[in-house]
Amino acid sequence: MRKSMLVAGTILALAAGQVAEPAMAQNKTVKIGFVSTFSGPVASIGNDMRNAFELALDHMGRKMGGLPVEVIYEDDTLKPEVGKQKSEKLVESDKVDFVAGFIWSNVVYASYKPIVDAKTFLIIANAGETRLAGENCSPFIFSTAWTNDQNPIAVADYMNKKGIKSVYLIGPNYAAGKENLGGFKGAFKGKVLGEDYTTWPSQLDFSAELAKAKAAKPDAVYMFYPGAAGVQFLNQYAQNGLKGAIPLYTTFSIDSLSLPRQKDAAVGVISALQWTADFKNPTNQKFVKDFEAKFKSEPSFYGAQSYDAANLIASAVAAVKGNLSDKAAVQKALEKADFKSVRGNFKFGTNHYPTQNFYMQTVVKEGDNYTQKTTATAEENVVNPHAKQCSMK
Amino acid sequence: MLFIEQCLNGLQFGLLLFLLAAGLTLVFGIMDLVNLAHGSLYMVGAYLAATFSALTGSFLLGAVLALLGTLVVGMAVEVIAMRRLYGRDHLDHVLATFGLILFFDELVRLIWGPAGLSLPLPAWLNTSIQLMPGVYYSAYKFSIIVVALAVAALLYLVVMRTRLGMLIRAGASNREMVGALGVNIKLLFTLVFGLGAALAGLAGLMQAPILTVQIGMGESILILAFVVTVIGGIGSIRGAFVAALLVGFIDTLGRAYFPSILREVLGGQAASTAAPALSSMLIYILMAGILIAKPQGLFAANAK
Amino acid sequence: MSASVTPRSVVIVAMLLGLALLPLYVSITGDRFLLTLFTRIVIIAMAAVSLNLILGYGGMMSFGHAAYLGVGGYAVAILAFEGIQSGFIQWPVALAVSALFALVVGALSLRTRGVYFIMITMAFAQMAYYLASGMARYGSDDGLGLDKRSQFGGLLNMSNKTTFYYVCFVLLCASIFLIWRLTNSRFGMVLRGIRSNETRMRALGFPTYRYKLAGFVIAGVMCGLAGALIANHTEFVSPAMMFWTRSGDLIVMVVLGGMGTLFGPVFGALALLFLEQFLPTLISAVVAPFDPADAVKAGEYWQIVLGPLLLLVVLFARGGIDGLLKMLDAKVRRD
Repeated sequence: MRKSMLVAGTILALAAGQVAEPAMAQNKTVKIGFVSTFSGPVASIGNDMRNAFELALDHMGRKMGGLPVEVIYEDDTLKPEVGKQKSEKLVESDKVDFVAGFIWSNVVYASYKPIVDAKTFLIIANAGETRLAGENCSPFIFSTAWTNDQNPIAVADYMNKKGIKSVYLIGPNYAAGKENLGGFKGAFKGKVLGEDYTTWPSQLDFSAELAKAKAAKPDAVYMFYPGAAGVQFLNQYAQNGLKGAIPLYTTFSIDSLSLPRQKDAAVGVISALQWTADFKNPTNQKFVKDFEAKFKSEPSFYGAQSYDAANLIASAVAAVKGNLSDKAAVQKALEKADFKSVRGNFKFGTNHYPTQNFYMQTVVKEGDNYTQKTTATAEENVVNPHAKQCSMK
Repeated sequence: MLFIEQCLNGLQFGLLLFLLAAGLTLVFGIMDLVNLAHGSLYMVGAYLAATFSALTGSFLLGAVLALLGTLVVGMAVEVIAMRRLYGRDHLDHVLATFGLILFFDELVRLIWGPAGLSLPLPAWLNTSIQLMPGVYYSAYKFSIIVVALAVAALLYLVVMRTRLGMLIRAGASNREMVGALGVNIKLLFTLVFGLGAALAGLAGLMQAPILTVQIGMGESILILAFVVTVIGGIGSIRGAFVAALLVGFIDTLGRAYFPSILREVLGGQAASTAAPALSSMLIYILMAGILIAKPQGLFAANAK
Repeated sequence: MSASVTPRSVVIVAMLLGLALLPLYVSITGDRFLLTLFTRIVIIAMAAVSLNLILGYGGMMSFGHAAYLGVGGYAVAILAFEGIQSGFIQWPVALAVSALFALVVGALSLRTRGVYFIMITMAFAQMAYYLASGMARYGSDDGLGLDKRSQFGGLLNMSNKTTFYYVCFVLLCASIFLIWRLTNSRFGMVLRGIRSNETRMRALGFPTYRYKLAGFVIAGVMCGLAGALIANHTEFVSPAMMFWTRSGDLIVMVVLGGMGTLFGPVFGALALLFLEQFLPTLISAVVAPFDPADAVKAGEYWQIVLGPLLLLVVLFARGGIDGLLKMLDAKVRRD
């Protein structure tokens, strides 16, 4: 197959009486690699991202700037080195034009180098590793999400405004966990009575930590546990008698994937996100409606960010008219972010991370349904805090 | 007060480990079989419990059905696969049952999907109760302690007072002899394996409401159960009991108090990140230490 | 051993030739990922070869062999992080640290036997795993990246993929050669003697504990070198390299390929990593005619095939791939 393509290419070049180079400049397809976790206990997150990405492609007729789109999905199995190997495969073997996806900070941090070294654009749809927004930022890296510390800062500011005096912190012991709790601590003005980091992802029984938190008698508890661990934490929060006694704040631990299993344990818990399904703009309403019709569930923020990633790529491909070998032009086009985002307006800061609003939401029960309702705007037009450390100005 | 609560947490975790380790050590001791797939039976128990209680609408009924279900699955696994492994090298056991883990994980994903299930508790268990003035404890965790202690006592009675138990004890110390005495070894093995599976299933379904039900839930706890079995001495139920409580207390109290001790010594952020890793190490240090001092574990059942 | 042409010798020669000529193929087709994939396979094969020395020839069921990959890898990564880029320092340090680790673990573990030995070696590997997870300065759970591969002055450029591949390939061949020399020496004979009957060997006056310990340390050092290579290859180390399931993977490779045979571990590593890479595609292709919509997703369930496959190898193909080839040899000779 490869050989026949080679032969065909040679014939084509001979027929045109010139070298193959200019013929290559115009892509025939847009190739996108999508790395996420599709196996193991957190596969539901990866599937949600893939579903949203596919829906976005359906919405654009599976064409970007008139070119057909080919997406290659790769499973990182939640392991940094596997993510790296899959990324190398995508840029070296499949020769993709874009690599998108990534849930986990540690996986994207292990994987970004081969992608950027191959001058391929990396569109991060979730992982909020701060170094990629700061000292390791690159013209080839874009994010449709946030950095790990941003949402916790919004929560901390909100708690400051509410006059909460003391807090106990619990989170997982890995990059995102430390950055998340670190971001919170930096912004919270009250007293931090204690903080516990648990082994990630193996430790799922938090009774020792919860007992300590309860004994410390804080005004509030702040925690961060993405995926299935968030379900465990909330269940145990109730079973150990903290629910109702100490208000709970969080980020990224409650979403439409975990809510059906968290149910009553999540009601009343407050968090901060840049997007929830109840946004009223037409792009979002179409996204949510079609997603629910096709996949029979409410999309999560992971999905929303992936939907935006697909549309961001499409906007750039259309702007350069499919000439993806002009990297500088593609970069410029991506920076413009000329697409309709599910979160309303969308623009990039100098480090290619969104400048965006954060909203507070709380879990409510509507009939038999549990859903997150936006209650307030926490902060508007927040510039990513790591732009200062990034050399791109 | 906090200390009492942490001790109860340690006790609960230790008893749970005992349920798992008891099955492992029985199978180890009698069939001389290293079964890595024991954790998969723990997972199956949890999945069945979640499914059956959703179907029947009753937590207790679901639990009983799941227990029977795991017993059947365990006996089926014994008849289909394990039976062919007796008398083989331990390495073969490790490999074959490693393969079974992969199989079970994917099978569960195929049947129940990747997202996992939840097993909601009935309201009367989903609260905390006052054990003594000022000490509140999760009602459900307390009931785990009670049930596990009851099962441990029952197991003790079965092993020490019944004919089946006599055969089990005889089998653990000399397998060939039991066979030579004309006992139906095949049936005995299937029964023992099923019993071990049911114990693992019980542990799984009791842990399910706390940890929720998900793929791979058996793997991390399996290693701890192995550690318990080895510390206690392979084949010794009494050893498994002592070792399980030891590991449960060290793990829980280590997690609860080690970080603050470490913070006193190291100070600050370094201690916060190092503490969970180092407290997880404690158990392995304990095991290595015990094996170096007593290469057959604390209560060697078949010291030959 | 006669030099006759048998199916087995043909397969071995073809495999070595294929590995040696791979860069040529890659430069023709331009598929550079193949080189990346095979570099990894060659390095892991080296780790499997080292495990085979103690597992296959020595009968020591170490369930913590992946720890040496981590020890060697971390030695290189930590030195690089602290500003020492020279491979002339990094690699010897990696070997020395692995030797020391193997000496301590071996000295303590070899007092036990059977299942206890399996578990105590695993316990030490888990300790190494948690120790690496606790090193905040070196990335804790998230692992540590290398900015540059080991520097060997003007001698070798490790960043050149082809050069690096050949370094790994030559070292793999050297390890196989070393194992061959070792197992055919007096040392190897004693080791094999211990596997079949340790009591008798002791009665014959051999200090079996010391022989076993020596074998254990040699295997650890060899695996530590593979660790140094893998750190250079992925430019990244993480505690996950040492998790107990990785040790399980190594055992699977050795048994799948054929325990106690010279080339078995290489077959095993090739087979397992190949399956990991291509089984999903294969399953998708099989499912596609029946259910095109879910074909890609079906590929993600590849482990449901791999699991029973392992069981079948254990039950019916004790000698692994090498054993099958030997059976083929015997059949050819009979005909």
